[in-house]
Amino acid sequence: MDVTSLQTSGRAGPSGGRRPAPPRSGHRGRRSPAASFGLHAALVVASLIAVFPVFWVLVTSFKPDSRAIEASPSLINESSLDNYARILAGEKGDFLAWFGNSLLIAGLTTVLAVMLAASTGYAVSRFNFPGGRGLLFFFLVVQMFPFAVLIVPLYNLLLSLGLQGSAGGLVLVYCTTAVPFCTYMLKGYFDGIPREIDEAGRMDGLSPFGVFWRLMLPLARPGLAVTGFYAFITAWGEVAFASAFLSAADQSKTLAVGLQVFVQQNRTEWGHLAAASILVAIPAAVVFYLVQRFLVSGLAAGSVKG
Amino acid sequence: MVATTTGAAAEHRRPGPRGGTERRGRVRRFLDRYWYAYALVLPVVVVVGGLVILPLAQGVFFTFTNINEGNIANPVLGREADYDVVGLANYLNVLSGDPAYGSFWGVLLRTLVWSGICVAFHYGIGLGLALLLNRPMRFRTLYRILLILPWAVPAFVSAFAWRYLFNADYGLINWLLGSVGLPTPVWLGQSPVAMVAVIIVNVWLGVPFMMVALLGGLQSIPGDLYEAAEIDGATPWQRFTQITLPGLRPVSSTVILLGVIWTFNMFPVIYLITGQNPHTRILITYAFERFFSGATRDYAIASTYGVLILSVLLVFAGVYLRALRSQEAD
Repeated sequence: MDVTSLQTSGRAGPSGGRRPAPPRSGHRGRRSPAASFGLHAALVVASLIAVFPVFWVLVTSFKPDSRAIEASPSLINESSLDNYARILAGEKGDFLAWFGNSLLIAGLTTVLAVMLAASTGYAVSRFNFPGGRGLLFFFLVVQMFPFAVLIVPLYNLLLSLGLQGSAGGLVLVYCTTAVPFCTYMLKGYFDGIPREIDEAGRMDGLSPFGVFWRLMLPLARPGLAVTGFYAFITAWGEVAFASAFLSAADQSKTLAVGLQVFVQQNRTEWGHLAAASILVAIPAAVVFYLVQRFLVSGLAAGSVKG
Repeated sequence: MVATTTGAAAEHRRPGPRGGTERRGRVRRFLDRYWYAYALVLPVVVVVGGLVILPLAQGVFFTFTNINEGNIANPVLGREADYDVVGLANYLNVLSGDPAYGSFWGVLLRTLVWSGICVAFHYGIGLGLALLLNRPMRFRTLYRILLILPWAVPAFVSAFAWRYLFNADYGLINWLLGSVGLPTPVWLGQSPVAMVAVIIVNVWLGVPFMMVALLGGLQSIPGDLYEAAEIDGATPWQRFTQITLPGLRPVSSTVILLGVIWTFNMFPVIYLITGQNPHTRILITYAFERFFSGATRDYAIASTYGVLILSVLLVFAGVYLRALRSQEAD
């Protein structure tokens, strides 16, 4: 097998290798050393590119500000945990309060968006009700909205609802940006669950809501995990809405807003900025690690059948 | 996505008794059959509809006025609104391409180029990596986790990381370029080079989503197809074009449409990395500039840009879905 066939010979399932191979196409399932080297080399290079920017922030986060801007960079240069200590001690703004606000807002968004998307996705997947298709198209259109320019009307609306300046209003706004895509994904996931399961549940005397709650949601757990991940990431790093819809008091900021202010005021403190960025990235990384094994199956169902 | 979902609608509808029933009975039957569905959908319709339709209507109304920071109603100051309706003046100003209103056509062209290049790289690299990952090998899970990582990093953290890497004086990229004797440009300055930089960052950010979606698509292609093709003596390239690409069609058509929509409106990457740089200006960042900066905070022009963005994307989605449908019919 030559190196070019590396591109396409991937589908060597468990049965592929055992079959007597046709003469010309060689070692399916057993790569030649050259192909194997090429495969791993390509993936190692790609992984390095993917990880490096974050890794470099991590390295920088241990350096003092003055060492972070040296013309010939090095991995370790008077590195210590001082930056972290100072940020957590609140010298650069009420970091722990920001952290708590972000956790609360992102957590609420995740729970609410997943619930909304799951119920809608299930309804669209199982009941062919008038308006269902229209709803899906509407969700596609919602994704086209330049939300940034709707901030004034949204501000007015939240004001008249009494939600302006509160975490609740921001959570609702985040839900409108996360729910459409989440619904598509979950609809695809529910489509992949056989209808016989619904029918069996109904035979056993469950109401349609009971079927949804007791049978469908547990079965759709991978899809729910991916949806939750998406909603969490949407809310966790968002800046524009958070700075418009939360009150300006330092204690009520989210991390993203607080750090944005920090960046603008302290353009040269790269070491501290890096440390703060790492602290922000950690919760996202934890959520990511918890759901990553579901990502492929969960997202695939949504986009294949969506 | 929309095109493929619409097929199965008819099969579940039982032929209801038509005619001879009075109207109330029909409404009752309608509710009997569908109320579960509507009850499940209702919360979303209220939340999303309320927070999207109402602001959108107000935003569209703003495009026909001269509203800005100075004349909008300000409940904090207790000031009444005193902006005027100006008809189509905003649209005429913007569409004339006047630089005072953001040189619409030039910026539109840049936005289209930006979206096209970014999505092409997202898809191409994403597909390449998905093909590499979609085979049994050692460290597969590790590679997958590392490659998806850029997706999990909050956007403003990645923006910070890349601004640091691209820094002209102490950034790692110029240090690398310099140490092998290549020119070291000012990446994020007032020149077209800044556009290259933000495209690189956005490609880096967007590949993981495409890769994961396409990987899922590859795993849904039945393996027997490949075995049959191999027995028939198909070359690897033939297998790729005859089996892999057609098998990926449903996923591809969805993620490309979403990718174009998302990239077209990709505000944070550009704004956080280059700020208000005319060389990286796309429609959405200009709308935001009009919105948040300058002495006047011109809400009317910003909303006009918003409506124009929405229109461009609606036309694109319409053409795209129609093209998909006619291709499917072949």
